[in-house]
Amino acid sequence: MARNPVTWLGSPTFPNAARTALADTQLRQNLRKATGTIRARRASAVAEMPDWEALRLSGEAIKNDVLSRLEVLLPQLEEAVTARGGTVHWARDAEEANAIVLRLCRENDATEVVKVKSMATAEIGLNEALEEGGVHAIETDLAELIVQLGDDRPSHILVPAIHRNRSEIREIFQRRMGISVSDEPADLAEAARLYLRQKFLTTKVAVSGANFAVADTGSIVVLESEGNGRMCLTLPDTLITVMGIEKLVPTWQDLEVFLQLLPRSSTAERMNPYTSVWTGVTPGDGPQQFHLILLDNGRTASLKDTVGRQALRCIRCSACLNVCPVYERTGGQSYGSVYPGPIGAILTPQLVGDMHDKQAASLPYASSLCGACFEVCPVRIDIPSVLTHLRAEAVTAKGRSPESVAMAAAAWMFRDAKRYERAQKLGALARLLARNGKITSLPWPGSKWTSSRDVPAPPAESFREWWRKNRG
Amino acid sequence: MADARTEILNRIRAAKVAPAGPTPRDYRRTGEGGVELFAERVADYRAIVHAVSDVPAKLRELLVGKRIVAPAGLPADWLVDGVEWLTEPLSTEDLDQADGVLTNCAAAIADTGTIVLDAGAGQGRRALTLLPDYHVCVVRTDQVAASVPEALERLDPLRPLTFISGPSATSDIELNRVEGVHGPRTLEVLIT
Ligand code: SF4
Repeated sequence: MARNPVTWLGSPTFPNAARTALADTQLRQNLRKATGTIRARRASAVAEMPDWEALRLSGEAIKNDVLSRLEVLLPQLEEAVTARGGTVHWARDAEEANAIVLRLCRENDATEVVKVKSMATAEIGLNEALEEGGVHAIETDLAELIVQLGDDRPSHILVPAIHRNRSEIREIFQRRMGISVSDEPADLAEAARLYLRQKFLTTKVAVSGANFAVADTGSIVVLESEGNGRMCLTLPDTLITVMGIEKLVPTWQDLEVFLQLLPRSSTAERMNPYTSVWTGVTPGDGPQQFHLILLDNGRTASLKDTVGRQALRCIRCSACLNVCPVYERTGGQSYGSVYPGPIGAILTPQLVGDMHDKQAASLPYASSLCGACFEVCPVRIDIPSVLTHLRAEAVTAKGRSPESVAMAAAAWMFRDAKRYERAQKLGALARLLARNGKITSLPWPGSKWTSSRDVPAPPAESFREWWRKNRG
Repeated sequence: MADARTEILNRIRAAKVAPAGPTPRDYRRTGEGGVELFAERVADYRAIVHAVSDVPAKLRELLVGKRIVAPAGLPADWLVDGVEWLTEPLSTEDLDQADGVLTNCAAAIADTGTIVLDAGAGQGRRALTLLPDYHVCVVRTDQVAASVPEALERLDPLRPLTFISGPSATSDIELNRVEGVHGPRTLEVLIT
């Protein structure tokens, strides 16, 4: 079987990548500023909702229901989409999905496609596969465009160019668009508008992902901000949507939960500027050819894992990234995957499905188990528990080696106590090794991301409280 | 080898996920907010909001001298004199060169300051409200639902729906919100 492109070929293991990232002070500054801003804004957007916890409980339950009834709901969605003039395709893995998209492009004589930001297409490496097949994919989301023009890799689920500041973005735009522009965000946005306008008006095939698919009506839902999504979903003749099989909700009513949970958790807004809903093909309005590709690519393997499968509830809001102390220090690219941060640490190894893969097996260690991710997750994924579970799997896969003994010791400690106690133990461990109030070295796994030498030692309180106070 | 559909469904079956319990729905399905809250929250997105009793008079004030897209089905008295009204069939280029578009809406949401279009009479196909840089949307007070759940109940998911909360925006540069990217950069909402 071909390797799963969810991780980038040749990526170092997390600890090694993190060490490099920690040396990059510009990166850390950019990240601290950005995540600090979004954390504060999310907190106030959520505080406005007295029923937030009830919404989270419903979101969790609806997604659990979906995961237990995929066998019924997927064919139901297929039938509804087909009845409304759409065509449904199934893809076992990345290779199969990419081949379907390429074939559809060729059938439509398309050498260029416009794309709405989509994690599923990033996961399968669609752009690279299309390029090899002679089709150029144009990313139209501003942050994706910054990544694409900068020959860079994404570092965040929602804001793939979060590691870039305005002057770096200005430099990329000037170099690649051949224009002169200031570093004001408004001017940079205007430059992107002008650059992409003609593409939107003339490109015949668009590719999108989906935030949700409603099984009983066949409706597909995409949330976005800039209007590039509406352009792609409305103007071309052909629309190809790639979605993971877990993106379902059973009924139209269920959307009322997620349309409240997702915007506040991701962009910290009451509602994102644009949400598009379409069902198959509407005569005289929008693309007259609609293809929906249902993607497995490791999801059914995760479904088998009673602890790990909760990662499939994820609605890709990125709240867990923004609160993660490890993510804030190492940046997204250290995870070597399109899914960084806490969700990446539990989803990527499951999608790769091979704990003998050193890079994937290192990801569950990219965490201090402080629990902040679980607290903000709108669908209540208990990320720390899944991390602990996957660490144990990594250890089992490796057999006994000096490294595995250390891993096993860590895993045993983490497994044996409740989450809060675990975090406290880690803090206690850190304190033991601190010199002059600074942590200078930690045993694996801590050593790998605290080696920046400027991490203040946790005081005699839990890491979690320490983090709360220090995250500003 | 089995086809992809069969194999994926087989893998799902083999995973044997136990049925989930009933879904709790203890969140609020109704809200208290009315037109005032709606107006406030639309304005929070830096859209321009007016409460108007005489729609044609306001439209005259806003639109005279401009080239404005008029979808089929708008009330006749909104098509005021002095405006160059552009009607279907319209090409992509026509829409791109228009000064703006005038529509009504299918529903609105007070809690979130959202208007929803469903491509019905007075709204037209989706491209009409996307390409012009300026969108004037008239919302009747009885169209304002308090909460997201109440609004979804009023909508038909089989129609193409567009939920609009303020002008197009991006937060992609240092997570600062900047209004105006690809969709209309100016949104003006008339509540009547
Ligand atoms: S795991 Fe939860 S918090 Fe993280 S991206 Fe997914 S839904 Fe959001």
